[in-house]
Amino acid sequence: MSTDTVTTTDAAPGERADDAPVLEVSDLTVTFPGLNGGPDVRAVRGVSYTVRRGEVLGIVGESGSGKSVSSMAAMGLLPAHARITGSVRLHGQEILGLDDRDMARLRGRVISMVFQDPLSGLTPVYTVGDQLAEAVLVHDPRTPKGRARERAVELLELVGIPNAEQRYRSFPHEFSGGMRQRVMIAMAMANNPDVIICDEPTTALDVTIQAQILELLHTAQRETGAAIVMITHDLGVVAGFVDRVLVMYAGRPVEMGTVDEIYYGSRMPYTMGLLGAVPRMDLDRQGALVPIKGTPPSLSSLPPGCPFAPRCPIARPECELAEPDLLPIGGQPPAETVRAPHDGEAAPAEDGGQGAGGHRSACVRSGEIAENAWTARDIYPVPEIPDAPASSVRREDRPEMLRVRDLIKHHPLTKGAVFKRRVGTVHAVDGIDFDIREGETLALVGESGCGKSSTLMEIMGLERPQRGTIEVMGQDVSGLSRAKRFELRRDMQIVFQDPMSSLNPRMPVFDIIAEPLRTHGVAASEVTRRVYELIDLVGLNTEHATRFPAEFSGGQRQRVGIARALALEPKLLVLDEPVSALDVSIQAGVVNLLEELQARLGLAYLFVAHDLSVVRHIADRVAVMYLGRIVEIGDTHSIYTRPAHPYTQALLSAIPIPDPEKERTRTHIVLDGDLPSPANPPTGCRFRTRCQKFITLSDREQEQCMTVEPQIRATDGGDQGAACHFAEGRQAV
Amino acid sequence: MGKFLARRLLNYVVLIFLATSFAYLLAATNLYPRGYFEQMQPPPSPEAVNSQLDALNLNDQTPIAQRYVTWVSGVLVGDFGKTIQGGDVTQEMWLKAGVTLRLITVATVLGSAIGIIVGAYAAVRQYRGFDKAATAVSFFVLSVPTVVIALSVQVGANAINDMLGFQLLSYSGEYSAGFQGNGWELFLNRLHHAILPTLVLAVSLFAAFARYQRNMMLDVLSSDFVRTAMAKGLTRRAALFKHALRTALIPTITYFTFTFGILVSGATFTEKIYGWHGMGAWLIDSIFSHDVHVVAAVSWFMAITVMAASFLSDILYAWLDPRVRV
Repeated sequence: MSTDTVTTTDAAPGERADDAPVLEVSDLTVTFPGLNGGPDVRAVRGVSYTVRRGEVLGIVGESGSGKSVSSMAAMGLLPAHARITGSVRLHGQEILGLDDRDMARLRGRVISMVFQDPLSGLTPVYTVGDQLAEAVLVHDPRTPKGRARERAVELLELVGIPNAEQRYRSFPHEFSGGMRQRVMIAMAMANNPDVIICDEPTTALDVTIQAQILELLHTAQRETGAAIVMITHDLGVVAGFVDRVLVMYAGRPVEMGTVDEIYYGSRMPYTMGLLGAVPRMDLDRQGALVPIKGTPPSLSSLPPGCPFAPRCPIARPECELAEPDLLPIGGQPPAETVRAPHDGEAAPAEDGGQGAGGHRSACVRSGEIAENAWTARDIYPVPEIPDAPASSVRREDRPEMLRVRDLIKHHPLTKGAVFKRRVGTVHAVDGIDFDIREGETLALVGESGCGKSSTLMEIMGLERPQRGTIEVMGQDVSGLSRAKRFELRRDMQIVFQDPMSSLNPRMPVFDIIAEPLRTHGVAASEVTRRVYELIDLVGLNTEHATRFPAEFSGGQRQRVGIARALALEPKLLVLDEPVSALDVSIQAGVVNLLEELQARLGLAYLFVAHDLSVVRHIADRVAVMYLGRIVEIGDTHSIYTRPAHPYTQALLSAIPIPDPEKERTRTHIVLDGDLPSPANPPTGCRFRTRCQKFITLSDREQEQCMTVEPQIRATDGGDQGAACHFAEGRQAV
Repeated sequence: MGKFLARRLLNYVVLIFLATSFAYLLAATNLYPRGYFEQMQPPPSPEAVNSQLDALNLNDQTPIAQRYVTWVSGVLVGDFGKTIQGGDVTQEMWLKAGVTLRLITVATVLGSAIGIIVGAYAAVRQYRGFDKAATAVSFFVLSVPTVVIALSVQVGANAINDMLGFQLLSYSGEYSAGFQGNGWELFLNRLHHAILPTLVLAVSLFAAFARYQRNMMLDVLSSDFVRTAMAKGLTRRAALFKHALRTALIPTITYFTFTFGILVSGATFTEKIYGWHGMGAWLIDSIFSHDVHVVAAVSWFMAITVMAASFLSDILYAWLDPRVRV
């Protein structure tokens, strides 16, 4: 099998050595044998790609598409019981099947990898520097210890760790997530490898940190000239970063091409759906998102035909017969050939796509899609979302659902085991004001640690806050009796972030949804009627009522969570990152459902999120939080088009847009450093330590930022207000 | 760091004082030394009993507070009072402690070391032959009470000795009765006697440690940092040894020191069966003879060992895991 590829490469005339692929993967399959006689899990089924020096290949897919497993197989990092076939060649040398000792010699030296979760990726008991030096020493044990140490410090400096000399002795837990990811990248760069595989390197990080890391990866590529394989589910990250894209679904590549071909002329319904499902931060009125119905197939019992056919809006009977190969657009065999009985693989064997081979798609109708220039909106049914009835009334005239005034939440920081003493205060929430009117959505956005969840918990607690007031439906919650508080909970319900852990696994869906009704003493017959009504309302089927949460996918579970929250007909729904744990194609369905429910039931939402694209899509107003304070608040349109606070500008600028053309021309504002500790916030303006504007100010102006804490002031005469002494609206997206 | 440990040490001193005081008060109010003397043949006169009890500070007619104060002031200068027979508790305690510590030190080190190696290797070979065998053996040992193991080994040793016709394995006492010899011979003789009881203790420890270490190791085997270590070029074996085992040892070390402390009283059965006059055996005997001061002294000693073990585990933990260093 390996011979034909080698000849192809050799035969290519006039090819410079630089152009030879560094990494060639062909027809790679990975199968995990089923446990206890269960069916085998076919995680990867025939992946082929090549990367050349200096090239960046993006592998895109949702969870379970096999994108990570295929690269782990290439690195020889899969457990021994995984069955791997096919071929992986590094500089033409077959590395699949090498024993661990030989493989270890290549890992980290010729091919290296950056993983997703930097928090658990470093050994907690060794210093960062020692772990970095180990990466050098393991490949050249004769290097003097001092030299390895120097190299480690040099690498730490290269990836932007301040005071590298001192930080060498730090342990991983003393580093923030972003800094740990920098260390991981330094480790991957340590021996100037020829290929760096990045497996979701920014998924666990905040957007401003993500921007830093992406920039760093650019640097790493420049420094080492390595080929990069970028694995991600985020279509935005890929758009501006990669040259070519490989889209994976159910363990197989379903489309491959240059980034422009994929983003502007996708010829595979799955990719088209995926692109349509992404909420866009750069578009004002995007309309309903394109939902892909159903869920990805189980990798242990795949349908015989195209794995996407059950979810595909333009599937034909022949799609269910055989799995289409990854072929050039329009190069698929006609329907008759597919229908004809298979006589010993007569179809031309897939050539593995080893040539960069132009735009390829694994869809029998790819030619048709190209001819008609169909887009996602042409082939997917997009739900009509009615306008909310409340939107005709002016905001000021609508009743207040929630008003928060000067709310604070401080946690004491204590020390000592027997005699606890207070050594400091965590200013989780530090004086915030906002209100939510009937039928509107206020989004509370910010990075982790900004206090958005603490705010939410304070509001949901319905207790007297440490300072300030919380009014729900005009009622101040501080003086409520137990009975009144219980009564008020009917009007305010919450949907949690993680649908996997927020539903009781031992309760059937019916009981989960019925529980709030029973708690509030609704009659049994009424409960049954209402539960089925809710199940229908959130787009589940009646027969789902008797099933347990484990039998549902993430999106369906979140629907159950929404149904439970709606059971008591609340007027205000608090949504705590409701879609952040879901895949893009599933997320679109839930976002659409939330919008539809709001329009139909006149709900008000308090939407807490870190994903600013989803927020732009769903929110009417946005409040941006930083270190326990709201730094900017206003209507979504103004905030996104003319953000006035430097932090909002940086935040918006940091988010990659799934549009390669736009992304290439954008310049991102990359903030320095990490979020300061909320136990010790900077004096004056809290953002000044990272502010991109602060540096440009004169000494007198800087003095003001350092001493006077700015309050929210209207910036455009309307709804928008920013807490910055030198606020000025500018475009950031 | 030093401050942290000093604070810990202070906490322990307070705890040891409280534990010992409670033990004394409990023993002094519940044991009945008067009965011990009244039963003597010929029965002594009540006056004689009283004076005897007064001399030993065991008279239940003296207020408990007064007896306690007398006892505590003795303890503070290192005098734990007199045994009911009139001997010096402190002196005897160090003898018994020596016996027990000799027995358990070797046993814990041996048992836990083998347990850790077997457990860690079993985790690496999860569900393979070695793992299954190790699991079967450890569960078997865990399910058999120590008494049964001790007796079975003794019976087995007896059978072997009978078969061979000379005493290959010694199963009673600390050294041969009336043994005369120089230091080296005495050492060998003691070693000979120590083999079987040490083995019994080590076997049950091994089982617990093997299970514990296997679980700890399984937890870290699939962790991301092991994968990272391999990704930078370590072989699987090196990554497991240097990164996984090192991290998985941390909780086991804590467990080890606690086991050591607890064994001081936990080796009672083995001591009794093999005729070693150690701490555990002494405690049981003294309860039967209503010996208040011995009970209190043994409690003090056990508190000390548990606390010392836990102090040691703190130091080791801080040494092994940088996350707890202050």
